[in-house]
Amino acid sequence: MAVGKEIRTKIASIKNTQKITRAMEMVAASKMRKTKDRMQATRPYAKKIGQIIKHLAYANPEYKHPFLIEREVKRIGIIVVSSDRGLCGGLNANLFRKVLGEMQQWQSQQIAVDVCTIGSKAAGFFSMIRANLIGQVSKLGDTPHQSEIIGTIKIMLDAFTAGEIDELFLISNDFVNTMTQKPVVQKLLPVAVGDLGEESKGRWDYLYEPDAKEVLDSLLIRYVESAVFQGLVENNACEQAARMVAMKSASDNAGNIIKELQLVYNKARQAAITQEISEIVAGAAAV
Amino acid sequence: MAMTIHVDIVSAEQEIFSGLAEMVFAPAEMGDVGIAPRHAPLITKLKPGEVRVKLSDKDYQAFYVSGGFLEVQPHLVTVLADTAIRAKDIDEAAALQAKARAEEMLSDKSGKYDYAIAQAELAQAVNQLRTLERLRKRGA
Repeated sequence: MAVGKEIRTKIASIKNTQKITRAMEMVAASKMRKTKDRMQATRPYAKKIGQIIKHLAYANPEYKHPFLIEREVKRIGIIVVSSDRGLCGGLNANLFRKVLGEMQQWQSQQIAVDVCTIGSKAAGFFSMIRANLIGQVSKLGDTPHQSEIIGTIKIMLDAFTAGEIDELFLISNDFVNTMTQKPVVQKLLPVAVGDLGEESKGRWDYLYEPDAKEVLDSLLIRYVESAVFQGLVENNACEQAARMVAMKSASDNAGNIIKELQLVYNKARQAAITQEISEIVAGAAAV
Repeated sequence: MAMTIHVDIVSAEQEIFSGLAEMVFAPAEMGDVGIAPRHAPLITKLKPGEVRVKLSDKDYQAFYVSGGFLEVQPHLVTVLADTAIRAKDIDEAAALQAKARAEEMLSDKSGKYDYAIAQAELAQAVNQLRTLERLRKRGA
């Protein structure tokens, strides 16, 4: 029966798509668990080093590290963390929209922006909008290592030390829960001191071994590296969660379309049968 | 009860130890340090070696760190280790192997290997073994 051949092929093709999205959903779900574990494992370190940096800000060191000094902002650097692959819902799109909003604000204040990207999606986006891309790294996979991003970070740190940029921001997705990921802008340099009470400030200082300069140099660099790495690990978890949700809704949508098409197909088939019967009956009556 | 100090040991990969202790010993870059409660604020870099936490007179816990930072506040000690493992988890065979490999690299004069890397690796392996040995002596 030739009825609804197009509809049948369409149903078959949507079923195939649904199989793919469902498989991707399951892969993303299992990967999400792993990336989430990694994210939680590295969180204590990032938190502790953040606390130490905060203590440092309370102290009154005889040596002022350039990373701690605020200066007039003429040019800033941003490190944008995105995923390597698409098909993860609005994750990257939301992030880029946030970045564009921020960039517009900076532009209205006559501040130039240098960009470093982690992940191929960000690299593609920022070369498309012709931003000033000064470094990029991508294809880090699901288990990134700190050593892989050090080069990119060093570009920014060197630029900061040389006075080419006056502030450094990290823009990445924050893992709120499986359903929500929020793009956040975090200021890395100069280290944000926050609002300190006058009382606690400057009354004491650390003992430094071997000396303040050496310790602070390596500690502050380690701080930035760990913050960026944490951003990357979190972004990975976000990517998998977003992909899982996106693929789940894609599978559901495919299911709905199949149902609707099946209904249309059945109706057409019934109509054809009815018509055939009435033709036969009419023919028989005529005889 | 004796005075105690809060100790946190974290490595880049995970939290290793968190709790109260009577004293902490760590391999600082300028020599080993012992931190008792109400120690003056201190920040120092760590060498590869053993961090020992004294929980009570008889109860010690040992950790191996491959370097990192130590921060001391009067009632808080934070060890930021590059990698840290509980000393009893050190795989002795792996440590011995690493030591042999590093020594081989050092003796190889052909310039194929990076001398600095080999030396760092050797220092790590030797320190892991030393931590283990000490642990065993105390346990025996």
